[in-house]
Amino acid sequence: MALILERRGTTLVPEPIIPSVVLGGTAVARAGSAAQKERLLAPVLEGQGTLALACSERESRHDVSRVATTAEQSGDGYSLSGEKVWVLGGDCADHVIVSARTGGAVDEAAGVSLFAFDPGADGVKVEPLKTMDGRRAAHITLEGVKVGPDALLGDAGSAAPLLEEVMDLGAAAACAEGAGLLESAFEMTREYLCERQQFGAKIGSFQALQHRAVDMFVELQLAKATMLLAALKVDADADERRKAISTAKVQLGQSGKYITAQAIQLHGGIGVTDEHDVGLFYKRMNVLMALFGDEEHHVARFTSLSGFERSAE
Amino acid sequence: MDLSFTPEQEAFRREARAWIQSAMPAHIAAKAKNHAHFEPEEIREWHRVLYDKGWVAPNWPKEHGGAGLDPTQRFILGEELVMAGTPELSPFGLRMVGPLIVQFGTDAQRQRFLPKILSGEEFWCQGYSEPGAGSDLAALQLKAEDDGDGNFILNGQKTWTTYADRADWIFVLARTNSTLPKRQQGISFLLCDMKTPGLRVEPFLTLGGTPAFCDTYFDDVKVPKENLVGPLDGGWSLAKALLGHERVSIGDVGRSTRALHNLKRIAKKTMRDGKPLFEDPGIRARIARLEIRIESLRMVIYKTLAGAELGKAPGPESSILKIRGSELSQEVDELQMELMGLNGLNWFNEGAVPAHEYWVPSNLNYDRATTIYGGSNEIQRNVIAKGILQLPGA
Ligand SMILES: Cc1cc2nc3c(=O)[nH]c(=O)nc-3n(C[C@H](O)[C@H](O)[C@H](O)COP(=O)(O)OP(=O)(O)OC[C@H]3O[C@@H](n4cnc5c(N)ncnc54)[C@H](O)[C@@H]3O)c2cc1C
Repeated sequence: MALILERRGTTLVPEPIIPSVVLGGTAVARAGSAAQKERLLAPVLEGQGTLALACSERESRHDVSRVATTAEQSGDGYSLSGEKVWVLGGDCADHVIVSARTGGAVDEAAGVSLFAFDPGADGVKVEPLKTMDGRRAAHITLEGVKVGPDALLGDAGSAAPLLEEVMDLGAAAACAEGAGLLESAFEMTREYLCERQQFGAKIGSFQALQHRAVDMFVELQLAKATMLLAALKVDADADERRKAISTAKVQLGQSGKYITAQAIQLHGGIGVTDEHDVGLFYKRMNVLMALFGDEEHHVARFTSLSGFERSAE
Repeated sequence: MDLSFTPEQEAFRREARAWIQSAMPAHIAAKAKNHAHFEPEEIREWHRVLYDKGWVAPNWPKEHGGAGLDPTQRFILGEELVMAGTPELSPFGLRMVGPLIVQFGTDAQRQRFLPKILSGEEFWCQGYSEPGAGSDLAALQLKAEDDGDGNFILNGQKTWTTYADRADWIFVLARTNSTLPKRQQGISFLLCDMKTPGLRVEPFLTLGGTPAFCDTYFDDVKVPKENLVGPLDGGWSLAKALLGHERVSIGDVGRSTRALHNLKRIAKKTMRDGKPLFEDPGIRARIARLEIRIESLRMVIYKTLAGAELGKAPGPESSILKIRGSELSQEVDELQMELMGLNGLNWFNEGAVPAHEYWVPSNLNYDRATTIYGGSNEIQRNVIAKGILQLPGA
């Protein structure tokens, strides 16, 4: 999977793999019953429909267990109310998986549940959004949206650990796609350094730019290596997984910011046009940096892991 | 040397600040408050307000319509204008071709062009860069041939011509002689009416999603010889004089300071773990480090200013301002983006994020240009290595 995403990253294919398969798909696959999987997953696998995962709110930032959206018992089902933001692919998904509280306080991990709903249902408002990388997302508002008992995925109140895991999968996918993207951005720049002439020489012959290219190359190796680490550890036990994913995501941000910004810089004026791929790489990288926990989030999580304390002893 | 301001200078600052607040039209003030992008029409509107006040061209000599301010007052006015978030005026007339016509132009050229630059009746664009001549400007190929009938005939292409589609005039560097030994020789500085037949402009978008860039094509474009500024074949020295003007204006820390205010507003209004980000010690430290670096650069500028008061012209030092000023502006953008969290994904969706966050993603992208235009930061480093450090082979 990581290798496929890495390849896709090299060409910026805007398919809904991450929103639909990695996020929505994993949530259903891990929490859903056989009947739910048949209903929600089969169309995705057959390429007949897409899923989206709605788990971010205005005040949740990167903490997916901070959930203000509520799910109240209503008849034999539930009534969902709240607002979700930046739901990737949420503008056109056939089903949306949403996190909502069946119990507990807003900042408690316990009490978070997952439900599937039809975005065409009464009380659902979908505000389609353009994102910086040329893709689509949505703000989704739920006002007393009625769902049946079969909408609940897994046990009520127990979804927080799964959500964290799904975010980590998303982060691993971002690292894989990002590594591919960075490789392309780097290669494109290296080629440009070998082609573009100024002052009667290839600009790649200027030592200042050679060193820049080398630094980009070093950053690329770090991103590729940690991407593999993340891919290998997605199914490891929780702390091992957290450490690997946070390492890779932080490294992706650092390598990504440097490589894509320098790729623009070394292209000069054409790098700042809306038409050249090098700018699209920068935009997509900025989106990948913000998704699934940013650098601050993952650094903070890294310091909270038991191994971080232990090695100080 | 004193890096603080005199009471008179502080009084001037208060006067400028009060006037700006009273003079800004409401719709412009509303945009300024949210750190928004100004359209060319709004920039023109503000140009006229400053013109009426006599402050539109503070850097021009008084007799040609300048504001009659000393270097420190000019700096203070500039700082207040930026800090209030007023639209940045188009630099091509006021900061570039205007001062050049003052310095090198004929009386007839001064009378013809300067008043309309000041009043905002005519807007200009800069035709320097070509597809094959960016950092290496002397490689330019736009050809200007004498038609023996009092005109130059221009053929070739300019690129990255900012707002050529909105400009009334363009100043170009063109090759009038290709038989001379050095490429820097044989270049002339010409003024060309954008309505001249054979001149074609194709606009395209910047990475920030805003229109600004243009390709400008010349196909037998006739320019009367009276529009040659400075000596025939001697345009290179004019071009270099102009680049100096451009560098000092871009190094503006005022813009970064303002963006930092916006950044703090974002930090105050963005919640994490039920508290505003601005209350988090780690975030506060990161903001403070950025602010300290901006303040340090401001002090370099004050020091340069104090030198200018003593009659020293800023030389390669302006490259220091350009390098650090542009890098800091990019860092402020990046931290704003990071603080915004997922709102940083927003790409021109009205109402999807708070108004003061709306332009940040576009600015983040567009500001990659600040380390490229006006002499790229690599070129600025070359200038310092050679001009200040005098390193071997530089
Ligand atoms: C937003 C924007 C607006 C602009 N507006 C205008 C305008 O209105 N009018 C106009 O005439 N031009 C304009 N320009 C063009 C600008 O001046 C050029 O982009 C700039 O001079 C760089 O040239 P280039 O793009 O051809 O890059 P190149 O010169 O090809 O540079 C490519 C890379 O090589 C590096 N490089 C080049 N030479 C050296 C060297 N000797 N040592 C080390 N590194 C080197 C550069 O720094 C850069 O990183 C604008 C550019 C931008 C981005």
